[in-house]
Formats: sequence, C-alpha cells, structure tokens
Amino acid sequence: MTTENVVEVRGLTKAYRGFEAVRGIDFDIRRGETFALLGPNGAGKSTTIEILEGYRDRTGGEVRVLGADPRHGGLAWKARLGIVLQSSGETGTATVREQLRHFAGYYPNPRDVEEVIAAVGLEEKAGTRISKLSGGQKRRVDVALGIVGRPELLFLDEPTTGFDPEARRQFWALIRSLRDEGTSILLTTHYLDEAQQLSDRGGIIAGGELVAIGAIDELGGADARIPIVRWLQDGVLRQERTTEPGALIARLAAGGEPERLEVIRPSLEDIYLELVGETAAAPALEGSPA
Amino acid sequence: MTATASVPTPSFGAARTVRLGLSRAGYELRSYFRQGDTVFFTFLFPLLMLTIFSVAFSDAEFGRTPDGDPVTAAQYYLPAMLAAGVLLSGLQNMATDIAMEKSDGTLKRLAGAPLSPVSYFIGKIGQVLVTGVLQAALLIVAARIAFDVPLPTEPAAWLTFAWVFLLGVTTCAILGIGLSGLPRSGKSATAVIIPIVLVLQFISGVYIQFSTLPEWLQSIANVFPLAWLAHGMRSVFLPDSYAALEAGGAWNLPGIAIVCGIWLVAGLVVTRLTFRWIRKDG
Repeated sequence: MTTENVVEVRGLTKAYRGFEAVRGIDFDIRRGETFALLGPNGAGKSTTIEILEGYRDRTGGEVRVLGADPRHGGLAWKARLGIVLQSSGETGTATVREQLRHFAGYYPNPRDVEEVIAAVGLEEKAGTRISKLSGGQKRRVDVALGIVGRPELLFLDEPTTGFDPEARRQFWALIRSLRDEGTSILLTTHYLDEAQQLSDRGGIIAGGELVAIGAIDELGGADARIPIVRWLQDGVLRQERTTEPGALIARLAAGGEPERLEVIRPSLEDIYLELVGETAAAPALEGSPA
Repeated sequence: MTATASVPTPSFGAARTVRLGLSRAGYELRSYFRQGDTVFFTFLFPLLMLTIFSVAFSDAEFGRTPDGDPVTAAQYYLPAMLAAGVLLSGLQNMATDIAMEKSDGTLKRLAGAPLSPVSYFIGKIGQVLVTGVLQAALLIVAARIAFDVPLPTEPAAWLTFAWVFLLGVTTCAILGIGLSGLPRSGKSATAVIIPIVLVLQFISGVYIQFSTLPEWLQSIANVFPLAWLAHGMRSVFLPDSYAALEAGGAWNLPGIAIVCGIWLVAGLVVTRLTFRWIRKDG
C-alpha cells in the first residue's frame, strides 16, 4: 500500500442479517484519478461507497480512505472529503446561497460560494429556497455542497440522476475541471457513456463481487473488445468474432456480396452487460461468445 | 502508512465547535421562522390559547387578590400558557424537528460533514432558547397590554421566573431530543409527539385548574416536569394567597429544581449514550 492511493480496499465484505451484499472486493484509487464503480442496482455499489464514506461499518476486510479507517474518521478527516449521496430528500427553507455559505463555514479552506454556484449553473436560482427548486436543480445543490469544502476526495453516488442532457454536459465539464485541479473522484453511475467520458479507471461490481477492473477503455480485457462481424446467410443471421474483421469480410465477399453486413466494436455498454449478465447467472444468453 | 503526517492540521477544537454551534443556531432560527406551520403551532399557539381563555371565561370567577380585586381569566391562565410555551418550544419543537431531520436526510448529510454533534445541539438549543424567550416575552407583553394583567414588581419574582424558565426550556429541549427517536418516520413525528404533549398539558394544570384534578392524577402529573413548571409560573404571576390552593398549601420551588434537574440529567445521559447521526445499518 502506498500513500499515492487515496482509497485502498482489500477483501471488503459486508453482510446484512446473513445476506452478503459485498463478498470480498479489492481496489485502489490513485491520487488525482477519477474511478467509476459500475454495476446494476443491488450489486453492492452503494454499500461499498457508504463504507468508504464512514456511513456503514464493514463486516470484514481492510479499508483506508485518505490514510484513515473510515470507521474512526474524525472531523479533520471529514473536512478532506466531499460527499454527494445517492438521494437527499431535504426540502430546506434555506436558499441556495444561504445553504452553501453555511456549509462552507464547516471547512477550513472552502471554495468561493459564488464560484461554486456558477460552476453548477445555479446563478439565477441563488436566492431561491431549495424547497422550491426542481429535482435536477436540487441535485445540483447536492453537488455544490459536495465540492464547496474543496475536497481532496469526492464521492459522487449517481450524481446526474434527473439531469437533462444539457445539464449532464455541464456537469461533465465541472467534473473535468475538478479533476484538472487534482481532485480524486469516486463515481458511481448508471450511464456508461458518463463513466467513459469522465473516468480514468473503473470497476464493475455484480453480485457483491468485482468482476472487472482496469482502465475504462480496457475494461473486460482485450478479448471482450474483439469486433463482431455479422451478416445474413441463407436467411440466417450469422456472427463471428475476429481480430481481423477485414480478412473475414474479404473472404465472405469473395463468394458474393454478403447481405446486411456489419462490423460491431463492443461498446462499454456491451461489455458491461456481458460481464454483469454472466455473474447474474442469466439463463442462456444467446450468441455471447466469450 | 504515514499519510496522516502530511495532513495540514487546522484547529478542530472547542472554539470551532462553539463557533459552528452559533452558526447553526442562526441557521436554525431562520429556518424556524420560515416554516409557517411551526410558527403557528408552537410559537403562537400559547398566545392564541390565552386569548381564547381570556375571552371565553371573561365572566368566570378565578378568585380575588388579598386587596379584593378579582383575578381575571387572563391573569389566571398566563402562567399556564407560559409553561405550555416552554413545553411546545422545547419538547414538541425539538422532538418533531429532529425526527424530521432524521428521515429527510439532513442528519445523514451532517454526518458526512466536518460538524460535531455538539455544534448541532448548540444550534438546536440556541434556537429553542431564542424562540422560547421571544414567545414568553410576547405572552407577557400581550397579557399586560391587551388583557391588563398585573405583573409582579419584586425582582425576586422575576428571578424565580428566569431560573424556572431556563431550567424548563433546557429540560424540555433535552427530553425532546430523547423523544425524537420515538417516531418511526418524519411523517409520523407530529402524530406521535403531539398527543404526548397534549395529554401532559391536560393532566399538568395547563388547561384545567390543577387543584381540581383528582389527587392520584396530580401525583402522576408531578412525576413529569410540566406540572412543576406550571407550579413555578403560578408562584410568579399569581398572588401569594393562591399558594393555599397548591398541594401542601405552599409554593414548592425546591421541588421544581429537583424534579426538572433529575429529568435534565437523565435526559443528558440518555442523549449522550444513544444519539447517532444515522443508524449505521438499516
């Protein structure tokens, strides 16, 4: 274990009344990187992130967040974290600006409140009570509260739920700028394009286990990225995975123009679904060569 | 692992805890007065009841002062409403407020922020103290101006008022923190807390003259702080001759200090032992 890792997780387990939500996972997050934790609902993502944040106690394993065990993280430790929870149902009577000013006061070296408001695109709503905002706008307040303390490590648990496409793009720009400033980020999201856009590395959790980990562009390994050539032959849809799709197509074309020919490069989403499908023991996924 | 050595160490000591507590108090007060329903049901409610009683019982007999002047309904009910205000501002407000904050995610957010629970409670108690003082002042001024209630002139009476009030507000606030764990959800908070508060008011001589209640009921009520607070307020605002109506025929100020003191200490211990920002494993 090195101090260059802001998060270190070894053999983490968590059981609720006999049910094993997390079954022994290992990963590190390096200082300055954005790490995406992906997986279906109930896979153990939120349990894992809440253990790292200090909200839940683990059943077993080792966890270090900014060098400390989250179970015993004190105020000084919390001051270095930013947390955007998956849900926050608060309907506060404070305005956006009042809420941010108040929370900024908790931190030793906070960001400028007006800059934070601008960064999340709420300038026009700065004087509005939070209870009067739309769902997406409230979510931006959550994000603003997460970054106002100038955290070293930022937890983002499904941050863009309820955002329209434009808001999501703005949010991506904000996260990139935080990353450029050196903030380490742990992100969970259901949007795989978001993970691909924002993160350096990622891990996929399914059934409480980490089924893949690595650079976001290499998740699932090289084999999972082998292109698929698909065509129609005698009314039957055929497909073949090959590292040399050109050669295959040339061979096919030699026997006449193949019908409905296409070359498919598996997207992160394809790879994700395949990995998650395997461990979820989905019955007989057709046409999934591995 | 030596990561902690490189961490800058800004102060997270007692001064910061108090400073953030005061900041919380300001924040809480602003929120309080922006919630129309709490302002009405906890802040203005005793004033409303005093007005209703004064008007409804304007012809009723509440005894006479030693000088032979009749004691009006407003004068008779002022101490009771002051005690009710302490209970509402302290216990009811605190219990429902924290129960709501538990369920709406406020406490979870605070748990993840570098805020000490002590600061949070300084904020809460600060809010209760300020609203309680404003409420009492409003009641007393309204009673004097609108209902012509004679007020005590001896400093000793006001001193009694001050300590009974402060002890009462603090005790009720601490008990409110304890009761905040009772409702299963924020939505049920008022439904669970208000009946407790209401029953306590009826058996403690707030709405019904305490001396007319059966003795066994008085004994039950005397286990709880409210009856003692009402007793203390009567000793301040009613003529001394009214002590004859009380149990033992005299004002029992040490009794107030003892009963409230026991509840206060017990409440503090229970709160210290049981309060968590969030239930860690739900």
